[in-house]
Amino acid sequence: MIQLLFFFFAAVAVGAAINVLAQKHVLYSALSLILMLTAMSVLFILLRADFLAMIQIIVYAGAIMVLFTFVIMLLNLPTEEEGSDPLRWLKFIGIPFVLFFLFLIVGTLWGVEPLRAPAELVGSPAAIGTSLFKDYLLPFEVTSLLILIALVGAVIFAKKDL
Amino acid sequence: MIPVAWYLIVGAVLFLIGVLGFFIKRNIISLLLSVEIMLNAVNLTFVAFSAQNGQISGQIFVFFVLVVAAAEAAVGLALVIAMFRNRESLDVDRSNLLKW
Repeated sequence: MIQLLFFFFAAVAVGAAINVLAQKHVLYSALSLILMLTAMSVLFILLRADFLAMIQIIVYAGAIMVLFTFVIMLLNLPTEEEGSDPLRWLKFIGIPFVLFFLFLIVGTLWGVEPLRAPAELVGSPAAIGTSLFKDYLLPFEVTSLLILIALVGAVIFAKKDL
Repeated sequence: MIPVAWYLIVGAVLFLIGVLGFFIKRNIISLLLSVEIMLNAVNLTFVAFSAQNGQISGQIFVFFVLVVAAAEAAVGLALVIAMFRNRESLDVDRSNLLKW
């Protein structure tokens, strides 16, 4: 049953990620990416990271992707035009190289023995919060500075007279 | 139980899809979406190793990746808006003012 869930949602995630590249209009790409993020949160639940799965849906699919779709709809983009590019066929050369690289990675990962049986680990909000505010307090605070800088930078970039 | 290697392979496949998209797409928003795919693949790898080793640190790192992704999306989309306003196109091949 768990294997079935894993294979189904892994296939959904990979298929949605491929669909992100295959779509002509970037809005459909963004919607497909939301599907990929949701499937990915199921994989997080299977790995017993429950809180991260919720955060994945709320923050990623709910906040970041809404920002993306908002900007795409705001800009009112035309559909991506093909054709006039003389180097268009070059992109298909990359696919064999990617497949070769994937072959190398999968070969390496199959050779690795699992260190131990997957431990019972529940990424509960309490455990994550304790670790975040005890061991990782300084990175957490630096993160707030990063968010502030990104906020100010985004406002400055979006000004009229850039 | 599912071996951790399977999760790692799914993560590797997603990461390579992101890399491929980053190189073959020309729309700058598609490039940002490809970056998001790559960040998610890395997140999956972090969580898989966290579950294997029984340590919560991997899941904490996913939080920081999430924060960086949010900041990157905010700044990147502001750049996209500025670029679209200035040259009416999102094609990265056409923004070649700095090319000599």
